[in-house]
Amino acid sequence: MNDVIEPFIAATVRTAVPLGLAAFGELLVERAGLINIGLEGAILAGAFGALVGASAAGVGAGFATAALAGLFIGVLFALCVVWIRADQIIAGTALTLLSVGATGTLYRAFYGSGGAALGIATSEPLAIPGLSALPVVGTALFAQPPITYVAYLTGPVMAWWFRRTHAGLALRSIGERPEAAEAAGIAVDRARVMAILVGGTLGGIAGGTLVLAQAGTFAEGMSAGRGFIAIAIVVLGRWTPHGVAAGALLFGAASALQYAFQAMGWNAPYQLFLVVPYLLTLAALAGAVGRARAPAALGRALEARR
Amino acid sequence: MATAERQAPARRSGANTALHELALAAVVVAAIAGATALLLLAGGYPVGRGLAALWSGSFGSWYAFTSATLVRAVPLMLTGAAVAIAFRAGVLNIGAEGQLLVGAAAAVALALVSREDPGLLALAPPLVAAAAGGAVWAGVAAFLRTRYGVLEVISTIMLNFVATYVVSYLVRGPLQEPTRVYPQSATIADAFQLPRISGAGRLHVGLLLALALAGVAGWVLRRTAVGFRIVATGENPSAAASAGGIDVRKTTMHAFLVSGALAGLAGGVEVLGVTFALYENISPGYGYTAIAVALLARLDPWRGVATALLFGALEAGAGAMQRDAGVPSTLVSVIEAALILAVVAAQAARARRLSGDSAVAIRPVNA
Repeated sequence: MNDVIEPFIAATVRTAVPLGLAAFGELLVERAGLINIGLEGAILAGAFGALVGASAAGVGAGFATAALAGLFIGVLFALCVVWIRADQIIAGTALTLLSVGATGTLYRAFYGSGGAALGIATSEPLAIPGLSALPVVGTALFAQPPITYVAYLTGPVMAWWFRRTHAGLALRSIGERPEAAEAAGIAVDRARVMAILVGGTLGGIAGGTLVLAQAGTFAEGMSAGRGFIAIAIVVLGRWTPHGVAAGALLFGAASALQYAFQAMGWNAPYQLFLVVPYLLTLAALAGAVGRARAPAALGRALEARR
Repeated sequence: MATAERQAPARRSGANTALHELALAAVVVAAIAGATALLLLAGGYPVGRGLAALWSGSFGSWYAFTSATLVRAVPLMLTGAAVAIAFRAGVLNIGAEGQLLVGAAAAVALALVSREDPGLLALAPPLVAAAAGGAVWAGVAAFLRTRYGVLEVISTIMLNFVATYVVSYLVRGPLQEPTRVYPQSATIADAFQLPRISGAGRLHVGLLLALALAGVAGWVLRRTAVGFRIVATGENPSAAASAGGIDVRKTTMHAFLVSGALAGLAGGVEVLGVTFALYENISPGYGYTAIAVALLARLDPWRGVATALLFGALEAGAGAMQRDAGVPSTLVSVIEAALILAVVAAQAARARRLSGDSAVAIRPVNA
């Protein structure tokens, strides 16, 4: 049974890490009262950025360019939504479309339209002494690429930041009542922009993780809806960092089921497995929305600029 | 989104309005040409050859205009009208792509099992099936929204992915062609294929259907009580309910279903008029392009006919650019996205100038 459980846990974590990173980014944005549908675009841009950076100067540079690419999408979203006050949903949708088109075009321009499988070095696993020797879970959880540990730490750090710092409290107050936050002397728009930029960067890193810690290559449209799934995870996690972490793991587990089923020799149309994350997203949203309390100002049109 | 339009000075004369629209169209076309040239330059492609291919592949010849541009404009007119109706009602239906795919699958499935009846009547059942399929697919998202408050932006995108895999399964499973070699369905019988318009190459009578439905959709939105209820609901649901006595929930639901039916029909028309079989990738993203079509038309299905033509030409021209000048056809998505952003930004700026208030009214989500 161990030969099923251990790969299952490993696959769960592997799928959950990029989802979790992206969802943490979106959590910041949503706590500031905004919805960034362009997260999908940030992930895809990050994946392409990772390819460019890593093929030029290695894995570390790949993560840096991935973060920059995500940041770039964040800058565009901030420009549209905070500066111009355009509709959040439409701006986000357009940015995702932009990212799909731009990465596809650049990919074919740089690497040829054949899209030959371009292999790049992936991030080496880093075993944590002691923990990685644990039975069953050791390798699956603690002998992973370093980005995995970054994801592990993001949740607790974000929870602490929201609860214990002035900036975290300020951000949450913007998501609940921007007018009151402004009256209390908080620079509302500046905080929103910061949240969007950090959120975009995390989305970019999530895309970088797909390329640098998993696939080892880039494919057009490889984000495959993860940005939207991450948004669902934020809802499922009830807008808390620990909830988001749990939600990402749940999605990871659901996706990992296909490997487990295959290992157990259960035969079914492969499309059935591929469709599970999307169906789960729908089910999760239907089950979670009614009971969870969203930030009060979430998705509301921004107040007029003065 | 229609806020800006309604706040515009209403006393402009008819001729002036037409001139204004023409000037706007010229600006848009010039912007597209300029943006394309810039992108070609940035990508290191031959600019002159690229633009020449863009033109020759879209409007350069009667054949290109009918068989490439108009053939692509037909599904865009239908999906564009679908998106326009939904957005007007405050329903952000990003799922036209999935609804189109399900409509296509339903039409092919019915055409393959039906007995062939002679005459045009044979065409009705598969087209109805396509519309019903699209409506059912939209209905899932509509149900999730009205019953559980699930943001339809997310649910329709998820359903797009699900629809892709459903088609992928169908063409390798129950609907696969008899030899079981290729991942596609058998070709539908001649009786179910939409007649072509004579002298117009591959262009089929689906064009007339699309024009008629876009006409009806625009008329309903502009001139009828139903249209008023839809627009009022989209503009301000609480005011529509309290001051207008409108059943907001029902209006929203109906608009969503009609939107899905139109998108499904686009899929049906595509398989009955162009591909004659179901396979993966029957749509090069018509359902996403439809968002640009509808927004650029300021959510009016009549103007949407013109913007569908524009984007049909752009898609056709992009295909030619790829063939003749080696330019990736994904370039079109970049131009579409830039256009959407430009339109949204222009509307926001205009609304702010006119009212001093924040621009586009998006209804609160998850509230």
